[in-house]
Amino acid sequence: MRFIVCIKQVPDTAEVRINPETNTLIRDGVPSIINPYDMHAIEAGLALREKVGGKVTVLTMGPPQAETALREALSMGVDEAVLLTDRAFAGSDTWATSYTLFKAVTKLGFDLIICGKQAIDGDTAQVGPEMAEFLKIPHIAYVKAIEHIDEKNIIVQRMMDEGYDVVKSTIPVLLTVVKELNIPRLPSLKGKMFAKKAEIKKMTREMISAEEENVGLKGSPTTVQNIFAPEIKKDRKLFTGTTDEQVNQLIETLRGLKCL
Amino acid sequence: MLIIIEQDKCIGCAVCIESCPYSAIVMTDEKASINEYCQLCRACLNVCPEGAIVERTETSDIQVSHDLSTYKGIWVFAEQRDGYVSAVSYELIGEGRRLAGELKTNLSAVLFGSSEKEAEELIRWGADQVYWCDDPIFEKFNDEPYSQQFVSLINEFKPAIILCGATAIGRSFMPRVAARVRTGLTADCTALQIDKETGNLIQIRPAFGGNIMASILCPNHRPQIATVRPRVMKRGDYKEDRKGEIIKIRAVNLNSNTEVLNSHKEPSYCKVNLQEAEVIVSGGRGLGNAKGFELIEELASLLNGSVGASRAAVDEGWIAYSHQVGQTGKTVCPKIYIACGISGAVQHLVGMSSSDIIIAINKNPEAPIFNVANYGIVGDLYEVIGLLIKRLKETKG
Repeated sequence: MRFIVCIKQVPDTAEVRINPETNTLIRDGVPSIINPYDMHAIEAGLALREKVGGKVTVLTMGPPQAETALREALSMGVDEAVLLTDRAFAGSDTWATSYTLFKAVTKLGFDLIICGKQAIDGDTAQVGPEMAEFLKIPHIAYVKAIEHIDEKNIIVQRMMDEGYDVVKSTIPVLLTVVKELNIPRLPSLKGKMFAKKAEIKKMTREMISAEEENVGLKGSPTTVQNIFAPEIKKDRKLFTGTTDEQVNQLIETLRGLKCL
Repeated sequence: MLIIIEQDKCIGCAVCIESCPYSAIVMTDEKASINEYCQLCRACLNVCPEGAIVERTETSDIQVSHDLSTYKGIWVFAEQRDGYVSAVSYELIGEGRRLAGELKTNLSAVLFGSSEKEAEELIRWGADQVYWCDDPIFEKFNDEPYSQQFVSLINEFKPAIILCGATAIGRSFMPRVAARVRTGLTADCTALQIDKETGNLIQIRPAFGGNIMASILCPNHRPQIATVRPRVMKRGDYKEDRKGEIIKIRAVNLNSNTEVLNSHKEPSYCKVNLQEAEVIVSGGRGLGNAKGFELIEELASLLNGSVGASRAAVDEGWIAYSHQVGQTGKTVCPKIYIACGISGAVQHLVGMSSSDIIIAINKNPEAPIFNVANYGIVGDLYEVIGLLIKRLKETKG
């Protein structure tokens, strides 16, 4: 079976803060990582390959430096890595990104596409389902367990707001996965050696036959109008004094709020 | 908006290179330039000693793909589970009513499955009309029939704006709709406004991992689609005698490659449902370990409240996901929210900032949580909470 795992290289946003005076991000050596949910997508691809056989390709759209993310995936045991990179992809929103990925996976060929449920820098959770629509294949979002897979069908558990559904789908299908699905493996020594030497296939807009008007800024229906710091509450009050005194003030406040 | 480096001002000193979290600034021919990986995070704006890095508002040269003026009215996708319309849909009807007033246009709800009784409820909560399709295929949620039917309705009736709950269902099928009709979709909006000049929908959402807010436009495509998390918007007025029209829609050639075999409801782990709790005590990374939540639980139970958590604490595995408050967890608005050791990334703030009173306890006085807090204590978490618990026990006798 042919598996494609789509990943994204993201800054480790947990450590990024905004300077409220200048409206800019404070960045102290924020490292680039594989989007954490995508690690579970890679693991899912590898585990399914072990079960039913086949080949796992990892795909990313990004700058040349996204190669590091692909090599990390290779070191975990992925067979092949593809980097979609072209200046024409500049400023892609989710529509243009999913269109570009759709063109690429069509070129590569696939049975099963696996994505993380969302990327931690945008948190939109849109690219997977949008890709599936372009591909005219079904998708199942928020997959937390894979119960069964054979040549023609897959049965998974998908998270819902108040529990989960057991869903059966025909193959080909696209899955987006949550971290409850598995624990991503660590790279092996052999994997690391392989990753170091492996050739990374590069694809450009022309190679995937994507029209100029459908990619990048031009292909994106949405635009960012403005970016600003979150509002600051003006009536806030910091308690003062020793811990003892502060706690007493807090208790008085809670009493005033009729909480006690 | 674009960020560019004015080439005539650039002296090639390369100090800006390091400022970019996306490595989007590159040196070519001794001049710095910003490439396509710029995410508009503004980290570079103030670092240039020559002031060469500037923001530009571009005028779009994108061809309008179709006549936008034929798209009118506001729609709310009314999500049903087990036949009942979910609370978020009524909240969106409230918000949709407000926007419709500003635009002097109609508000419609779209209901798949469910019952005529629920369609009537949507009218009482503020919809002028309800497009209702009760084909049995909609009883369980499957992405393909939902998106196929929704796309066919858009093509026939051409709404200008669509609001949808940012729920498991809305976040799963609405992207398919946006892809098919070739339009923009803005996820997890926390506020919506109408641009007075153009009538465009200004969609405000957290960006860059939730550290800043962004306003998003979809100027040249219709409909403009936004998802909004539950409990962000307020319901409107319920009027028993409000009149509206229910338009029955026939399902068209729907097919599904997926099938829901069965559904499982998971009971909430919390003693009290987080989203209904009047008091929530939340713990974050500052707790340092899973044991810290024992203290949080003790404090919560003394205040008859529920336990919440930040994504950091959940990701560390200290507490179950069902306790997570924030953009990817639950949105809550209790009377009192006590944040313990939570620094306050925007993705957490959007989940709790509409609480009536926010109390923050954190050792870092610069933590963003203090920006939204009504009351704050700067100090050691364990010391403060320990003392607080002791005092509360004394008070209670």
